Amino acid sequence: MSAVIDSGHAHDEHAHGPYGGVMRWVTTTNHKDIGTLYLWFSFTMFLVGGMLALAIRAELFQPGLQFWHPEFFNQLTTMHGLIMVFGAIMPAFVGFANWQVPMMIGAPDMAFARLNNWSFWMLPVAATLLVGSFFVPGGASAAGWTIYAPLSTQMGPGMDLAIFALHIMGASSIMGSINIITTILNMRAPGMTLIRMPLFVWTWLITAYLLIAVMPVLAGAITMLLTDRHFGTSFFNAAGGGDPVMFQHIFWFFGHPEVYIMILPGFGIISQVIPAFSRKPLFGYSSMVYATASIAVLSFIVWAHHMFTVGMPTAGILFFMYATVLIAVPTGVKVFNWLTTMWRGSMSFETPMLFAVGFIFVFTMGGFTGLILAIMPIDIQLQDTYYVVAHFHYVLVAGSLFSLFAGFYFWVPKWTGRMYDEKLGKWHFWLSMIFFNVTFFPMHFLGLAGMPRRIPDYALQFAGFNEIASIGAFAFGLSQILFLWIALKVTVLGRGEEAGQRPWDGADTLEWTHLPSPAPYHSFHEQPVLG
Amino acid sequence: MTNRRVNAIGAALLALSGAAEAAYHWNLPTPVTRVAGEIYNLHLVMMGIILVIFVGVFGVMFYSIYAHRKSVGHKAENFHENITVEIIWAIIPFLILIAVAWPATKSILNLKDTASSDITIKATGYQWKWGYDYLRGEGEGISFLSNLSTPQDQITGKAPKGEHYLLEVDNPMVVPVGKKVRVLLTSNDVIHAWMVPAFGVKQDAIPGFVRDTWFRAEKEGVYRGQCAELCGKDHGFMPIVVEVLSTEKYMAWVGEQKKRMAAAADDPNKKWNLSELKARGEKVYAANCVACHQANGQGVKGTFPALDGSLLANGPRGRHIEIVLNGKRGTAMAPFGKQLSDTDVAAVITYERNAWSNKTGEVIQPSEIGSARK
Repeated sequence: MSAVIDSGHAHDEHAHGPYGGVMRWVTTTNHKDIGTLYLWFSFTMFLVGGMLALAIRAELFQPGLQFWHPEFFNQLTTMHGLIMVFGAIMPAFVGFANWQVPMMIGAPDMAFARLNNWSFWMLPVAATLLVGSFFVPGGASAAGWTIYAPLSTQMGPGMDLAIFALHIMGASSIMGSINIITTILNMRAPGMTLIRMPLFVWTWLITAYLLIAVMPVLAGAITMLLTDRHFGTSFFNAAGGGDPVMFQHIFWFFGHPEVYIMILPGFGIISQVIPAFSRKPLFGYSSMVYATASIAVLSFIVWAHHMFTVGMPTAGILFFMYATVLIAVPTGVKVFNWLTTMWRGSMSFETPMLFAVGFIFVFTMGGFTGLILAIMPIDIQLQDTYYVVAHFHYVLVAGSLFSLFAGFYFWVPKWTGRMYDEKLGKWHFWLSMIFFNVTFFPMHFLGLAGMPRRIPDYALQFAGFNEIASIGAFAFGLSQILFLWIALKVTVLGRGEEAGQRPWDGADTLEWTHLPSPAPYHSFHEQPVLG
Repeated sequence: MTNRRVNAIGAALLALSGAAEAAYHWNLPTPVTRVAGEIYNLHLVMMGIILVIFVGVFGVMFYSIYAHRKSVGHKAENFHENITVEIIWAIIPFLILIAVAWPATKSILNLKDTASSDITIKATGYQWKWGYDYLRGEGEGISFLSNLSTPQDQITGKAPKGEHYLLEVDNPMVVPVGKKVRVLLTSNDVIHAWMVPAFGVKQDAIPGFVRDTWFRAEKEGVYRGQCAELCGKDHGFMPIVVEVLSTEKYMAWVGEQKKRMAAAADDPNKKWNLSELKARGEKVYAANCVACHQANGQGVKGTFPALDGSLLANGPRGRHIEIVLNGKRGTAMAPFGKQLSDTDVAAVITYERNAWSNKTGEVIQPSEIGSARK
């Protein structure tokens, strides 16, 4: 560790840290290295979670049980959800925060460099527990990613591993958030007032507060679950005076802000990309900031719309329905702002912009179905059906994932100094966009027709759309292999044209205006001065 | 294009629309209750609103993409921030939301109104079947379990799948047409959810609590649904079937059930012999135990323990009886004492202790179960 401290004091002499090879990555305290680690980690988990998804879609290609036992099928759906949420999407955004936040606010690094290293290196441990749980007696947790009690109290040791993994990931998220908040609040260059920060930084500031607020709530819920499982408590067991529904309240008090945690930084990325490629400033900067903040506040008072069928009193239902539809207002403000930014701009459609426009298109569709689900009587029909599956994949895949892709193509020239393969990037966009819709659009119809989610086999009336969805899923999965190649080519192999300091003429944040490409290992040792 | 080709395309389209008939249901099912009708209409209204917004928003976006491109030489303007515009686009969605919240609220008040029902039925979720107890109204006292009746061979693909594959049960819930039926829901183990889309009903069944919902079916027929809350291994295999009959046919059904139940009541003092109990126990086993412990008694390695050759089924019988009656906490082993009669419990334990390679030769009498319950 002393070597790490050295590098902190004398980074000029050690342009690439004190160690070469693997130890560089193990001991690194550099925000760019840690960002890279986060991104590769999350992409690996994305591939693992994706393979689980394909195993699910293979079973659902035809009615009948072809490949898996029902119990193993439930493990697949559970682990797909947990891995994608906690292993892929969340760490990917933290990776972007690590790379971009210091560069965008003119700071030399993150505030707590060694904490940063630790918050990353907890993740592979958690991932090992999570993925390893497939191999313990009884297999992985099969209670769904929502791990509702009392089903989750029935599970084998795989459930305990999942609980520990979630605890560790939660701790990692909290430490990461503390770091991000401290960095943003204390390390901005002179002149970079809060209300001049790039929107990506703003959305991460708000997201980090959400994380600190709700990750302990999740930790509480799963700790109670753990003691119910092993130490004879009855928090969620009615026979001992507990209440299974209480688990859902606590879980969704975490879970709803969690879904915004996974989308707000995405909004931030899109709000950087759209103005850059429209060559026009963001239409309503301050209203975007206020909209983000209101979405964050509202996210704390809508959780029970995930539970409209548990049998709540009428007054409760009405409150949660009204609060939920209110979210449409700030979300609408965001979409309108992006559109008016594009309006009368001078747009060009390189891959980042394609993904950003694709994001607006499909995310808005996810927003529409969200509005439909918010209307409680309609939700009675659609709750726990494939309609919900379609809805949250529209906002999570087409929303979060597409924004991550947009961000990658946008910033990778700055990270590596080279341009990605534009032609392949466009292929990646169109394949992803088309097959995403082939996979998930039919699921709306399945849900309307009444197909429950999380079932390994289904009635014959659902056969047609399931077949289409499975074909789409495999094609979507294969398209991501193309992305792996594009990413390898530009990062590891270092192939591609020289990017130059500012490859996007419309991009005007500090990393483009003040830093060369690739950004030096230690950037902004001297604070930039803003006009 | 030749005529033959046109014909071929026509035939293909026809075949496709035929297939669409069979396997591409794309909207909510035809409603048969007022609540389901209201939901159906609400959904249509919402889709209409969404369609209008969709066309407006994406019309603007795609026009802009078409007209304001750098490649066609469009120069960027530099306008931004306009308080009036920003207030308008916050207020208009708000007004639209109020407009849809109003009918939704009325519908909620209606669907939560479970008062003054004609018939009350308790539905209990078990891993993985439903139990129905007619508590009040015509048919009071009727009680039965409702199991999936699709044969295992259809599921594993050894036999062709029937029309109602996975949506058929041995004993459906039966109700009269036009009567308000209140359904009380609870569960024996984990959370289940009782859903019948044609009725616009979905309600979670929560262990240790009783929740309720209601429906008034306006058309005779058979309506099908499934458990909607993940409840473990066979979550996908516990359908709900409700048969709506005319009042006369319903009365006839009630009479039949009462007779069946009287006949099925076993004489508690009867002495059973091994082969009688084994034969009955095999049926009970097939209905209740086979999903986990498997027909060959081997269970599923690592998940559900084997009974064949196990200590439990070959060791002292007291422990065996206790596990079957009270279940095993923290596992999927349910307390079957609440679901099965003394005779059935005695039969299934006798069967388990004398099936496969288990040869204890023991005969457990129903009276023994009765005393173990105390």
